[in-house]
Amino acid sequence: MPDPRLIGTSVPRKEGREKVTGRATYVDDLSFPDMLYGVTVRSPAPRGRIVKIGFEPGIPWEEFTIVTAEDIPGTNTIALLIEDQPCLAAEFVNHPEEAVVLLAHPDKYLVEEARRAVRIDIERLPAIFTIEDSVTRKEIIWGEDNIFKSFLVEKGDVEPVWASAAFIVEGEYETGAQEQLYIEPQGMIAKANPTQGVTVWGSLQCPYYVHKALVRLFGLPKDRIRVVQTETGGGFGGKEEYPSMLAGHAALLAWKSGQPVKMIYDRAEDMVATTKRHPSRTRHRTAVARDGKFLAMDIDFTIDGGAYETLSPVVLSRGTIHAAGPYNCPNVRVRSRAVATNMPPHGAFRGFGAPQSVFALERHLDRVAQVVGISPEELRRRNFIQKGQTLAVHQVIRETVDMGHLLDRALERSDYHAKRKRFEEENPSNAIKRGIGFAAFLHGAGFTGSGEEYLASEAALEVTAEGRVRVFAGSTEMGQGTNTVFAQIAAEALGLEIERIEIMQPDTAMVPNSGPTVASRTTMIVGKLVESAARSVRKSLFDAGFLRPGYNDGDFANACQQYIAKFGPLQSLIKYEHPTDLHWDDATYRGDAYGAYAWAIYVAEVSVDTRTAEVRVEDFVAVQEVGKVINPVLAAGQIEGGVAQGIGFALYENVVWQEGRMSNGQMTNYIMPTAMDVPPIRVFFEEIPYARGPAGAKGIGELPLDGTAPAIANAIANATGADIARIPVTPEVLLEMLESVHA
Amino acid sequence: MPDSSRPGQGRKIFLDCEINGRALTLEAYPMARLLDVLREQAGLTGTKEGCGEGECGACAVEFNGLLVNSCLVPALQAASAKIRTIEGIAGGNPLQHGHPLGERLDAVQQAFLAHGGAQCGICTPGMILAAVNLLARNPHPSESEIREGLAGNLCRCTGYTKIFESVLAACRTTEFPSEPQR
Repeated sequence: MPDPRLIGTSVPRKEGREKVTGRATYVDDLSFPDMLYGVTVRSPAPRGRIVKIGFEPGIPWEEFTIVTAEDIPGTNTIALLIEDQPCLAAEFVNHPEEAVVLLAHPDKYLVEEARRAVRIDIERLPAIFTIEDSVTRKEIIWGEDNIFKSFLVEKGDVEPVWASAAFIVEGEYETGAQEQLYIEPQGMIAKANPTQGVTVWGSLQCPYYVHKALVRLFGLPKDRIRVVQTETGGGFGGKEEYPSMLAGHAALLAWKSGQPVKMIYDRAEDMVATTKRHPSRTRHRTAVARDGKFLAMDIDFTIDGGAYETLSPVVLSRGTIHAAGPYNCPNVRVRSRAVATNMPPHGAFRGFGAPQSVFALERHLDRVAQVVGISPEELRRRNFIQKGQTLAVHQVIRETVDMGHLLDRALERSDYHAKRKRFEEENPSNAIKRGIGFAAFLHGAGFTGSGEEYLASEAALEVTAEGRVRVFAGSTEMGQGTNTVFAQIAAEALGLEIERIEIMQPDTAMVPNSGPTVASRTTMIVGKLVESAARSVRKSLFDAGFLRPGYNDGDFANACQQYIAKFGPLQSLIKYEHPTDLHWDDATYRGDAYGAYAWAIYVAEVSVDTRTAEVRVEDFVAVQEVGKVINPVLAAGQIEGGVAQGIGFALYENVVWQEGRMSNGQMTNYIMPTAMDVPPIRVFFEEIPYARGPAGAKGIGELPLDGTAPAIANAIANATGADIARIPVTPEVLLEMLESVHA
Repeated sequence: MPDSSRPGQGRKIFLDCEINGRALTLEAYPMARLLDVLREQAGLTGTKEGCGEGECGACAVEFNGLLVNSCLVPALQAASAKIRTIEGIAGGNPLQHGHPLGERLDAVQQAFLAHGGAQCGICTPGMILAAVNLLARNPHPSESEIREGLAGNLCRCTGYTKIFESVLAACRTTEFPSEPQR
């Protein structure tokens, strides 16, 4: 093998040339002859019984393809975990964006007018819209108790601790919904008929999730359903589950009309109807000894799942496991639940429950430090988890971890101590107050617990007689760099130039099921399968005697040609094997929750104009240990983008709800950070190779969402003395908080 | 009743304009969005729709040398206009420049490729046009001038950091940034 040449280098993005020239093909760039345009007619009420569907005069309805629940050939459900969510509401609606009728027509302007001419009469039922109303069962809207899922994580026993603890600190924290706001709205094109089955092309993260949903919806054999991912303009979790719904809708219209159907959401529809980050409420009760050591953490974590279960149990799980942070505490109890409201289902968004519970913890710990009378950094230092100690889920940390070192580095890079001192001196005489704060956190990579074992992902690699290498994986590129990272891993393992590697388009007719492209698992889990497949192919060429050490790309091509001539196709399909020393018990919710964690300290510096209550992030330092960095430019890009999304989560991105409906579904009044709003984001990596990751890599995609918001909230608290207990901290919210400081 | 203001109503008109240096005659409803005309009539799908209300800049094009959001421009304004889209940024003879995929990239495109300025790619055409347009007006912008020049183009992937780096790199690599068409 040559020395590592590609791992750790910033080779340009594999599909970058297509993207910078505008040639990359997104779903809306495709069209087919005789294609119709499809639209969705949604419920006019948050909850009720459908009484009548009427079609107003003035529209040539005979030209339209009209689909309702009755037209579904298979089962009326979008299958994910359980089958509670219909593809089209048949009798009842449970949220105000629920799809009831689908329309298609060749004229996309006329179909939009027709949408407004469908009248759905609803006999309304009482609806609920808040965690509080759901938990107190003001109305039972789902199951017997409004609870989709609950967890109990217990380590030691918190109860005996309260009586003797030197300090007990309580707090309640809230986070709001957040829209993923990928710049390419959701879209899908479908062709469908009984003889050929169903094919969809679309903007999506998880081809095999869509595949599973369509199999059930149409009642067709698996090989009659084909899902193709087109270039995807951002996902961030927002294209994890909703594409199954949209693919179902487009395919139903195509099935009934016999023509290709394109459905592209406009921004408003995308924002109001598709999933968002779960709103959350967390309660903390923490017992601390006189020396600042944690004695007990009692955490109560609740998320609002919306009207159907969808992915909420899984989001809840990750939020629950991350709720106690990177700390050693002898007694921990986390009680959590995902509850139902009559809102559109909330879903995956980068971080997946962890940003909510980590916000609460890291904000709470700054308050704990204040009560104990030590600095925020000293409190964390005294409690950071060390190798050999156990997390709340009883996972023994076996990897090297040094949070203290990360903290040192982050505080030094951000000039934390000097700034803290200077701001303290200067703030009293300034209307613009400055502050600096940080958050310490970890994020588990891959599916939780036994999740990877159940997924049993596969990836394959094949060589051609010309010595080209093709990687087959169901993992999608959506901007995060899958194509490039897979190509680097394969080229490195094969000792080839990166140009030799071709990443095949995710198409369920062509690629194996590599599991969903979520959970910071693509590089670490699927990348490892690609690496193993590459090594296996190389070994075959060596074993057959066609390849010898010291080969170049030309020798490799010759070897492939000889091998294929003699033995036929050369490929390797690798299936995930769960490490035998990782154990997880779903019943007790204990064990090795994740194969590996990324560890991080983020520091935010803010200025707060106390006259306008506007907050600016002035500087941001992100220090993290993520295993071996495969491509520094791509990796830093992940962190920088995640930090910007975290700034939005902390300060700007406020979903305004009216009776379960988002009322600010526009980019003009739902505000994400612009080029004027982001500070310099300074990213530093610590690299401790992870033995089980490809070339030593761990997952990083979700990490930056966890620590950004609490670092900013702690900085605002440092600047103003306001007790920041909920985000987003819009000027309206901050004014209220500032008034309570002065009161 | 059908809404009489919709672009599908009324009569289509012929529009003579110049797109990416080529004279073209387009047939479009007068109030159709330039964005749709470019994508559907001219087949220039590199121009993207992100929000349809002039907020995100994904549909940005150069229009008589000015950067505009094509979702807000009615087609009738395109009469006699010179328009440049992302497809008009790269150029040159592929055989001379030796890239197997064809064209010679503009310095800005090259910098976005080398410095991680593009992730998902959907904001990239508009962002590159905004950067090219900025550099034509101001070949050596400061970082705050770059921020201001790109403030109308939203990116959800990068946090803008690598985009700023790309634009700065493009300034360094060329003494002759491409001229806007006037």
